[in-house]
Amino acid sequence: MARAVSTRRKIGFTIAAWAVALMIFFPILYTIITSLKTEPEAIAGFSLIPSGTLESYFAVQSQNDYFKPFINSVIISVGSTLIALVIAIPSAWSMAFSPTKRTKDVLMWMLSTKMMPAVGVLVPMYLIFRDTGLLDTRLGLTIVLTLINLPIVVWMLYTYFREIPGEILEAARMDGASLFNEIVHVLTPMAVPGIASTLLLNIILAWNESFWSIRLSAANAAPLTAFIASFSSPQGLFWAKLSAASTLAIAPILIMGWFSQRQLVRGLTFGAVK
Amino acid sequence: MKLNMLVASLCWTSALAFAAHAETITIATVNNGDMIRMQKLADDFKAKNPDIDLQWVTLEENVLRERVTTDIATKGGQYDVMTIGTYEVPIWAKQQWLLPLDNLGADYDTADIIPAIAGGLSADGKLYAAPFYGESSFVMYRKDLMEKAGLTMPEAPTWEFIGEAARKMTDRANDINGVCLRGKAGWGENMAFLTAMSNSFGARWFDENWQPQFDQPEWKNTLDTYVKLMNDAGPQGASSNGFNENLALFQQGKCGMWIDATVAASFVSDPKNSTVADKVGYALAPDNGLGKRGNWLWAWSLGIPAGTQKAEAAQKFVSWATGKPYLELVASKEGWANVPPGTRSSLYANPEYQKAAPFAKMTLDSINSADPTKPTVKPVPYVGVQFVAIPEFQGLGTTVGQLFSAALAGQMPVDDALAQAQQVSVREMTRAGYIK
Repeated sequence: MARAVSTRRKIGFTIAAWAVALMIFFPILYTIITSLKTEPEAIAGFSLIPSGTLESYFAVQSQNDYFKPFINSVIISVGSTLIALVIAIPSAWSMAFSPTKRTKDVLMWMLSTKMMPAVGVLVPMYLIFRDTGLLDTRLGLTIVLTLINLPIVVWMLYTYFREIPGEILEAARMDGASLFNEIVHVLTPMAVPGIASTLLLNIILAWNESFWSIRLSAANAAPLTAFIASFSSPQGLFWAKLSAASTLAIAPILIMGWFSQRQLVRGLTFGAVK
Repeated sequence: MKLNMLVASLCWTSALAFAAHAETITIATVNNGDMIRMQKLADDFKAKNPDIDLQWVTLEENVLRERVTTDIATKGGQYDVMTIGTYEVPIWAKQQWLLPLDNLGADYDTADIIPAIAGGLSADGKLYAAPFYGESSFVMYRKDLMEKAGLTMPEAPTWEFIGEAARKMTDRANDINGVCLRGKAGWGENMAFLTAMSNSFGARWFDENWQPQFDQPEWKNTLDTYVKLMNDAGPQGASSNGFNENLALFQQGKCGMWIDATVAASFVSDPKNSTVADKVGYALAPDNGLGKRGNWLWAWSLGIPAGTQKAEAAQKFVSWATGKPYLELVASKEGWANVPPGTRSSLYANPEYQKAAPFAKMTLDSINSADPTKPTVKPVPYVGVQFVAIPEFQGLGTTVGQLFSAALAGQMPVDDALAQAQQVSVREMTRAGYIK
C-alpha cells in the first residue's frame, strides 16, 4: 500500500515537474516554432504548427552577418566572466575565511549596486567611455559587464566558500602553504563545482545582457543582443525574422547549458545537504 | 615568374595602401524594407566613391532614437549619418546638433523635394536632413465590402461617411471589422493617429500661449467619435493594435477600412502577403469640413551630426541615398513599385511609377495636404502635424496615449481620460517652463 502511494506521488511530482519545466521552456519553444513560420503566419494568431519554412533564417543571414556579433558575444561574455572570477575568488576567500565586522556591510553594499537602475548612470558612463575611447570596443563592454556581474560572482563564491571547513585551510597553512598556494591548490579544487556554476551562470548573464551592450556598441563591438534588436521593424512584419534571430542568438547558450547542466545543478546545490 | 610576383606584390601593396586611406562612415538606421534595400544597393555608392567605406548599425526605432540622442547630445561621435524623423529635425536643428545640408552636389536638385516634406526638415530656410522616404496617412478600404454595403467611397470622405460605412461593413459573424485604427499607447502609435484626427475636428494640443486644450469640446468630440466608432466597428483588443497588428488584420481580410500610413499601400497591395491585394481602394483621410484633414506627415531622413569628423564623406553618402539617381537604381534592380516613396515631385510625374503604384496620386495628394507649419484649424505655437515638435512631447504624448488607450479599452470614461490628460499636460508644461 505504502509502495502504491509512493508511486502515485512520484507520478504526481513527475507530472508537476514536467508541467513547470514546460511552462518555463514554452517561450523559447514558441520562439523556435515562430521562426519556422512565414511572416503572415507568425502574426496570424496562436498556432503550434509551423509551415516549417526556413526563409526567415535565410533572410536574417542575408540581412546581417551572424558571425561577427557571435564572436563579439563569445569574447565579451567569456572575457568578462574570467576577469570577474580572478577578482572575485580572492575577495570571496577574504570575506569567507577572514571576516571582519564590516564584511556583511561590504557584501550588502556590493549587492545594492545591482539595485540601481542602469539608465540612471547611462550618460556619465557614456561620457567616460567616450573620453577613454572605449565606445564600441569589445574591451569596453568586457569591462562594463565584469563590473555589472562582479557583485553576483562575489556573492555566489562567498556562499560556496563558506561551506568549506576553515580547518582544511588552517591545516594547509600549518603544512607551510603560502596564501597563493592555499587559494589555488587547496581552496579552488574543493570549490570547483561552485566556481564552475558561477562561471556558467555569469556567462549566461553576460551573454543575455542587453542594456549596456546595445547602448555602448555600434558597428564593431555589437554582440548578439544588438543583432536581435536590429530585426524589430516599425513598419512591416518582422516576428518570424525576429524569432529566427533570437533562436540563432540563444542557440549557443542553450547548447552550452544542456551539456553543462549536471555541473550547473551540482554547483547550485553545493552544500545544500549540510 | 619573378616579375609576375613583383607585379602581384606591388598590386597588393597599392591595394592595402589604398584601403588604409579609405574613410569609414557609420550610418545608424532603422529596420524597414527601404532601408534594408539601401544597404543591399550600397555597392553602387562604393563603386562611385571607392575612398569611402560604409558601416551600418541597424536598431529598433525607439532604441535608435535613444541611442542617437545620447550620442549627439554628448558629442559621442559614434555615427556620421543618422536616420531621424520629422519630429527630431526641428528640435535638433535648433540645438545646432545637425549640420545644414548645403553641400549635396550641383546635380542634387533640392527643389525637387516635395515642399511639404522639405518644410518639415528645414529650419531658418536651411535643409537639415534629406528625406529618404516620406509618408502621409490615408484611407485604405475594401472595394468589395464597400460595394456590398451599398456605398461608394468618395475621393475625400468625411468622418460621418467613415462612421456610416464602418458600421455597415462590420460583420462580426464573419470576423470582419468595419474599421481598424491604432489603439496601442505611444506618441508615435495611437497619438500619431489621434492627433492627426483631432486636427480635422478643430482641436489642438496647445493654444498660442502653450495652454493645454484637452478640456475643450473639440477634443471631447474627437475622442468620443473615435471610441464609439471603435466600439461599434473596430476589432477586439484594439487598444493593443499598432501599425503592424492592423496591417496583419487588413492583409487577412478582417478590416473593411484602415486609416494609416500611405507606405502601407505597398504592403496591402502585395499579393504575396495580402489576401485582399486586388480589392483595395484608396481615399484621402477624412475631414469634418473645417479645412483640415486627419492625415499626418512623416519622413525618415538622413541627417549628419554636428560632431562628425567626416562631414564631407557623410554628405556624399546622403546625396547618393536621397538623390534622383538612387530612385532610378532601385527601379532598375527591383522595379518602380519598390522605389522609396514620398520624397521627390519628379517621381510622381513619372508615368512608369504611376503605372506600378496605383496609390501614387493619392499618396502625393495626402502629403501635399499636410502642412506641419500650420497643422490645425486654430493657430498654434508649434510645428508638427501628428506631434508637437518640442522635446517634452515624447514623454507627454506617451502618457496621454496611455490614457486614451485606456478609454478605448473601457478602463475609464472618455471624460476622465481627457480630464487626466489636461491635468498631466498642465503639470508637465508648467514644469518645463512653457506656462507659469
